[in-house]
Amino acid sequence: MRNYDKLIFELSIPNRVGYSLPPLEVDDCDIFDLIPDHLQRKTESYLPEVSENEVIRHFVNLSNKNYGVDTGFYPLGSCTMKYNPKVNEDMASLAKFTSVHPLQDESLSQGALGLMYQLSESLAEITGMAKVSLSPFAGAHGELTGLMIMKSYHELRGDLKRTKVICPDSAHGTNPASAAVAGFDIVEIKSNPDGTVNLEALKSALNDEIAGIMLTNPNTLGIFEKDIKEITRLVHDAGGLLYYDGANLNAIMGIARPGDMGFDIIHLNLHKTFSTPHGGGGPGSGPVGVCDRLVEFLPVPEVIKENDCYKLNYDKPYSIGRLGNFYGNFSIFVRAYTYILTMGYDGLKFVSEMAVLNANYLQKMLKDDYLLPIENICKHEFVLSGLKDKSTGVSTLDVAKALLDYGFHSPTIYFPLIVDQAMMIEPTETESIEMLNSFVEALKEIAKIAKTDPEYLKHAPHHTIVRRLDEVTAARTPILRWTKE
Amino acid sequence: MNHKYIPHTESNIKEMLEKIGISHVSDLFKEIPEEVKLKRNYNLTRSLSELEVTKIIRELGSVNYGTDDLICFLGAGSYDHYIPSTVNHITSRNEFYTAYTPYQPEVAQGTLQYIFEYQTMITDLTGYDVSNASMYDGATSCAEAMMMTVSQTKKNKVLVASLVHPHTIAVLQTYAHFRNVEIVIINEKNGLLDLADLETKLDQDVASLIVSNPNFYGNIDDYSQAVTLIHNNKSLLVMVVNPLSLPLIKTPGEIGADIACGDGQPLGMSLSFGGPYLGFLTTNKMLMRKMPGRICGQTKDVDGKRAFVLTLQAREQHIRREKANSNICSNQSLNALAATVYMSTLGKQGMKEVAIQNVKKANYALNKICTLPHFSKVYEAPIFNEFVVKSNVSYDVVKEALLKANMMCGLHLGDYNELLKDHILFCVTEKRTKAEIDQLVAVLGGLK
Repeated sequence: MRNYDKLIFELSIPNRVGYSLPPLEVDDCDIFDLIPDHLQRKTESYLPEVSENEVIRHFVNLSNKNYGVDTGFYPLGSCTMKYNPKVNEDMASLAKFTSVHPLQDESLSQGALGLMYQLSESLAEITGMAKVSLSPFAGAHGELTGLMIMKSYHELRGDLKRTKVICPDSAHGTNPASAAVAGFDIVEIKSNPDGTVNLEALKSALNDEIAGIMLTNPNTLGIFEKDIKEITRLVHDAGGLLYYDGANLNAIMGIARPGDMGFDIIHLNLHKTFSTPHGGGGPGSGPVGVCDRLVEFLPVPEVIKENDCYKLNYDKPYSIGRLGNFYGNFSIFVRAYTYILTMGYDGLKFVSEMAVLNANYLQKMLKDDYLLPIENICKHEFVLSGLKDKSTGVSTLDVAKALLDYGFHSPTIYFPLIVDQAMMIEPTETESIEMLNSFVEALKEIAKIAKTDPEYLKHAPHHTIVRRLDEVTAARTPILRWTKE
Repeated sequence: MNHKYIPHTESNIKEMLEKIGISHVSDLFKEIPEEVKLKRNYNLTRSLSELEVTKIIRELGSVNYGTDDLICFLGAGSYDHYIPSTVNHITSRNEFYTAYTPYQPEVAQGTLQYIFEYQTMITDLTGYDVSNASMYDGATSCAEAMMMTVSQTKKNKVLVASLVHPHTIAVLQTYAHFRNVEIVIINEKNGLLDLADLETKLDQDVASLIVSNPNFYGNIDDYSQAVTLIHNNKSLLVMVVNPLSLPLIKTPGEIGADIACGDGQPLGMSLSFGGPYLGFLTTNKMLMRKMPGRICGQTKDVDGKRAFVLTLQAREQHIRREKANSNICSNQSLNALAATVYMSTLGKQGMKEVAIQNVKKANYALNKICTLPHFSKVYEAPIFNEFVVKSNVSYDVVKEALLKANMMCGLHLGDYNELLKDHILFCVTEKRTKAEIDQLVAVLGGLK
């Protein structure tokens, strides 16, 4: 069914149904007696009318047009596309978790609250922070939360001049965007060629208007900031706070903790480091951890433990406030906590060791054919600068598309912005040497074809369900929904 | 060590280290300064087997009470609806849930097409042209809608109806504080928007008015006068809606609101202690380029085949960085899939039937309860599936009596508004049977 090309609306036949409901039972009355005519919908709806079998076949056929971690290797740099354990899914779908109402009495939700408490305690231990809030829904939401905390801290001290946040030019796009949403102006500083913080640039950017700096360590090129202690000293001496983007935590679990490096605020991505699925774009979860002096600013509610009972605490006068209708993406917490128990202290350290081993192995195996701008031991990921032989005219985009024909997902491309023709590769610890070798083979073959038949690569992919798309027309004359002809 | 999620054997590790040209795994971390290295093990358990882990997690779950244990008459933003089996079967497809954002559209047509279908269905329900691919939840989608109106009008005062869900108002206040947006609350009158208060507070600095339909008390309001007032003032109207009500009641598009937003949890998502749910956001073409988040569009591939792709990306953080409309990156895509499968399964007829059953069962419950000596009706407005009753018995007594009979009481509005002590917000969905409602009425009727 590779060629299946129907929209669900195109399967619709008037009066066909795919559902059943019990009879109404209660005394029937005219709906117009309950909702007056002028408050009722008049526009016709075009929701589909299909049988249950058609619903299932339609979406199963769509799923067959998708590539996930369970399909094959997904070395999308910065996204940590590791295997999503199946027991996590089983635990998250237990009725004793899925059927719990968020506003029911706390005494009826002790298991859910207890799980949240234990997860946040575990994350605090893993990161070396004083306290962790699970409320943020995703990484970028965690960043926003962290920056709101940063702003509240300075505001409470009456230090109102601090309206700027430093972001290195290697930072993920969400960093400056989150800072802007939190009401900060952004100061971008140039990085060293290996993406590490340029200490001179940092020194000259620091002053009494700087609220803080956003960093990730290891950085986006997979390089550990050796001078991290010096950086934290400089920023703290200048009255600023340090924000840690946890996108790259998979490199250092059991080895070094952001809290011990001197970071004041961190966010984590449970959908990266802690093996919860990426869901085709979400739901993720972006817990935020802080050091002691910032605990009072964490969002409400917080889960606390009193006399062996778990409670939701709203009594936090300096809190940044509420972040969502309830307490975050709870079923993701169940998955992450299941994972942490499955790995344990020993397994989590092994995760980071093997993630880093895999990245260094791939880096070594690929550097003869692809340009490696930074010759160094990397951490969990590394960045290549396209093909080594620049004479072929084959771009990183072409390589990425060609990889799809070999049955691999492509790496993250054209990010970070500081590397020309960037290919950001993160294998994760859950891939075997055999898988890495076949990926290397494919990339080497592509490098060979680039020399002999570059045109073939410029038109790749050739064997996917659809080929290269007209993105320009899509943006110029947007068709954003199906309409009945 | 050996671990089931990590395939490396000792000889694999040895071979790989040799290729890299180092002798020990610790050499991979040697540039990390000693002073920041962790010199001990995490204070966590050792790695546990599947049997051990599932025992711990099941034990945690066992002390929860869910809707299998207690008949649920509680709503207030999280609703106990029927979820067809199709939903979980499709969202459990590995190809869907283990993928990420469709950055490589050639191998993500499954995700992209369901987003396109989701956009079509949610715009059909709300009455608009444009939807994004999803937001985190109803409250954050409302906050994003608020920021859209501030950006579009270049004004920074936002009026919020007091009967928007109080948690959503709290989230609006969090976002507004950091963006220097002023929030002014518009009072209610008889459980509906107080138009006189709106007129008093409407001035030239107002970017928008945010209202909810049905509102927090379950009442359906007629916003036709509000929309005229707002538009005459060159401000925008944002409506928070329950999507499940829209096959039946007047859509935000028909009312003339400029943006609709809300929580998609009623569309096939379990209660799950509050998440993950689905924020939705729809609008008309005029505000399309102010929209936050991913948007999927239809296009063709080089062979002329219909295909789908993320589009209008110049709005987004990975292109515009600090100038982006929003910082959102990951969204709630799998929940959008759940909603799409839900709406496909229920279909045009089923969606309307569910909406009608909610209205009729809730009205049946309301009328029965109000015949009881200790309970009285508070508002006269039409309702969808929630309603407020005033109790002469204290809320805690009502709650305990229901709990004893394995029922979950509605929300105590006194926790949100001192004037509403012992006022209860009940919710009755299509899932409640006549026998369950009668049982609720019987327990309430037996209170002294």
